[in-house]
Amino acid sequence: MTKQDIINQVSSRASLSRAKAEEAVETVIELIKESLGHGEPVILRRFGTFQVRAKTKRIGRNPKTGEEAEISARKVVRFKSGKFFKQVVDEGKA
Amino acid sequence: MTKAELVERVANQINLTKKQTEVVVNTVFSSITESLAEGKKVELRGFGSFRIRQRNARVGRNPKSGQKVEVPSKKVPFFKAGKELRELVDKHEKAQEVES
Repeated sequence: MTKQDIINQVSSRASLSRAKAEEAVETVIELIKESLGHGEPVILRRFGTFQVRAKTKRIGRNPKTGEEAEISARKVVRFKSGKFFKQVVDEGKA
Repeated sequence: MTKAELVERVANQINLTKKQTEVVVNTVFSSITESLAEGKKVELRGFGSFRIRQRNARVGRNPKSGQKVEVPSKKVPFFKAGKELRELVDKHEKAQEVES
């Protein structure tokens, strides 16, 4: 499934033109990104939570060459799926 | 940011009623949920992808009683942030370090 498929779904379920549905979906994604960009978590009941987590620096290894390299401290996005999302994925139905 | 806040921000930004926007937001996430439930991954450019990860069966332990319990194999949703999102989230951190 791609963004286009989601736009089609939104267009039909919300009775919006395709152009408006596209604008809406893009805005949803942009605002989630913006929130995470500020380090603010996004909490969506049933679906899950997007969070920014700080990682400390560590020594990693290039799996191909075996060479050691320092991986600098960084912030990463973590998604924790909600109970409902987990359930339907495991049961294979929505 | 909660879903209610997301709905409000989207509604303000693109001139939709709150009701319509709520349908939009619900549809976005239910589409993703339904797709994964059918075993199909979801790829959103610039944002990331949702996939299914298979967790193997394992023997776990009840933390209270210490008793062994068989945990069956299961499928779990997994999100991997795309390059753009990864850079956005990390860049903010780097910019703050420079400021302070």
